[in-house]
Amino acid sequence: MQKKKYKIETKRLNFFYGDHQALFDNDLSIEANKITAVIGPSGCGKSTHLRVYNRIFELHRGQRAEGEVFIDGKDILDPGIDLLDLRRRVGMIFQKPTPFPMSVFDNVAYPIRLHFKASQKEIAERVENALRGAALWDEVKDKLRESGQALSGGQQQRLCIARAIAAEPEILLMDEPTSAIDPVGTLKIEELMDRLRERFTIVIVTHNMQQASRISDTTAFFYKGSIVEVGPTKLIFTNPRNKQTEDYVSGRFG
Amino acid sequence: MKTRATFFRKTKDSLMRAFSGFATSMALVLMAWVIFTIVREGHSSISAELFLNASKPFGEVGGGIANALLGTVMITAGAAALALPPALAAGIWLAEFGKDSLLARAARFTVNVMMGVPSVIVGLFAYGVLVTTTGHFSGFAGSFSLAILMFPVVVRTTEDQFSGIGDALRESLLALGASRARSTLTVIWRAARSGVVTGVLLAVARVSGETAPLLFTALFADTWPTSYFSGPTPSAPVLITSYTMDSPFESMHRIGWSAALTMAVILLAVNITARYFGAKRAAKRK
Repeated sequence: MQKKKYKIETKRLNFFYGDHQALFDNDLSIEANKITAVIGPSGCGKSTHLRVYNRIFELHRGQRAEGEVFIDGKDILDPGIDLLDLRRRVGMIFQKPTPFPMSVFDNVAYPIRLHFKASQKEIAERVENALRGAALWDEVKDKLRESGQALSGGQQQRLCIARAIAAEPEILLMDEPTSAIDPVGTLKIEELMDRLRERFTIVIVTHNMQQASRISDTTAFFYKGSIVEVGPTKLIFTNPRNKQTEDYVSGRFG
Repeated sequence: MKTRATFFRKTKDSLMRAFSGFATSMALVLMAWVIFTIVREGHSSISAELFLNASKPFGEVGGGIANALLGTVMITAGAAALALPPALAAGIWLAEFGKDSLLARAARFTVNVMMGVPSVIVGLFAYGVLVTTTGHFSGFAGSFSLAILMFPVVVRTTEDQFSGIGDALRESLLALGASRARSTLTVIWRAARSGVVTGVLLAVARVSGETAPLLFTALFADTWPTSYFSGPTPSAPVLITSYTMDSPFESMHRIGWSAALTMAVILLAVNITARYFGAKRAAKRK
């Protein structure tokens, strides 16, 4: 078998909340420009695993990761890594939309002003591109000056996606991005993700198994902090090798 | 199994509710009583002259309270200038960076203790370090004492407002590649701002009516407050105290009550402004 080139390679990742161990020897390889879904019952460590990729967990005292996580061959758990640059390259979308208390335009311009030396004109162009990229432009082009917090929940989440892609990342981490969004908004976001896979490597944590089977290329099943099974999504949902995976995807527990 | 009669539970419920309703209305009655009394005693000598002229020496008929009002504004503004920058910085540090560290816990404890220190002690302290050492009373010494009273309140309120902002916002800022300091000073500050403004306005209003510390520091003067840094400076609270308590003259009593009425109206306005900011914030959150 030919050796694949992976965007993210996790090796023996262990994670601790203080004395409590939440992840056990996670090994996971994620292909570039694919959507990888991370599924599993509540509290199994899916989000915890995802939150290592941009080291966002470090905001909280007492949380620590051990092991290696290579992004483009570089171990991002290395203390010497440039965190601000890592986070520009690895964007993240959270469960609850978090528009900043400023206008739609300024929300999307925030990471541009943060990371790039751009003129006003360039900023405006990039904001428009990002909003188009997040399939939101047509809905907000007349209210760029209005507060981002005035948009609907689904629009707010796409605003957050626009903001994330405005930083020009290579990877998008999505932590249950549609669990707080209504079905119509969810559908729009799923369609959007299908387009985004051309430009980004996407890792999505989801509780919604239909969502995982609809949109992802690869699925990883987590249980109690360990990765039970990883494989092509079709295979995981139709013919899993592991009994636990089968029970979970067929809705027998979880 | 037989169910219990609900009669007693219902009765207890209505009694309890009636009692809480009564207790709540007491707050309104007290407030109305205070306002009613001040208006009754103070309205008769309200006039344009009162707000245009400086006060006259003890016993002379006439004179206004404009110098005292201006002095209060200067002393309070001075206190805000001294207290706000360090208090805001300390509150932000506690909420964003100090968290549960030893220094943060020690600072939080100190701030709580400071909030409970009687203002008369703070006044005496300011007298000791700024009046006896320099040899003169001054408006600035008054500001200093009020700043000490304001500081812990603003630290607490700032910390509360910043802590009240969910980590979701902090995480989404960091996830974009913003540094802690930058995200705090740009976006988190924006989210906390109106709550902080409300707290600061209430703290300013609170200390502007303090009297005891000013008796030790700013004292009083029947002149315009021209020597804020080097001499006694008039203020409304001290005028109210001395005109109503220390004077045998009825005309001065009236002026004292009018000054009280004026202060009450101003502080009510500040409070309503502060609540307005608070309400705007609450509406935004929905």
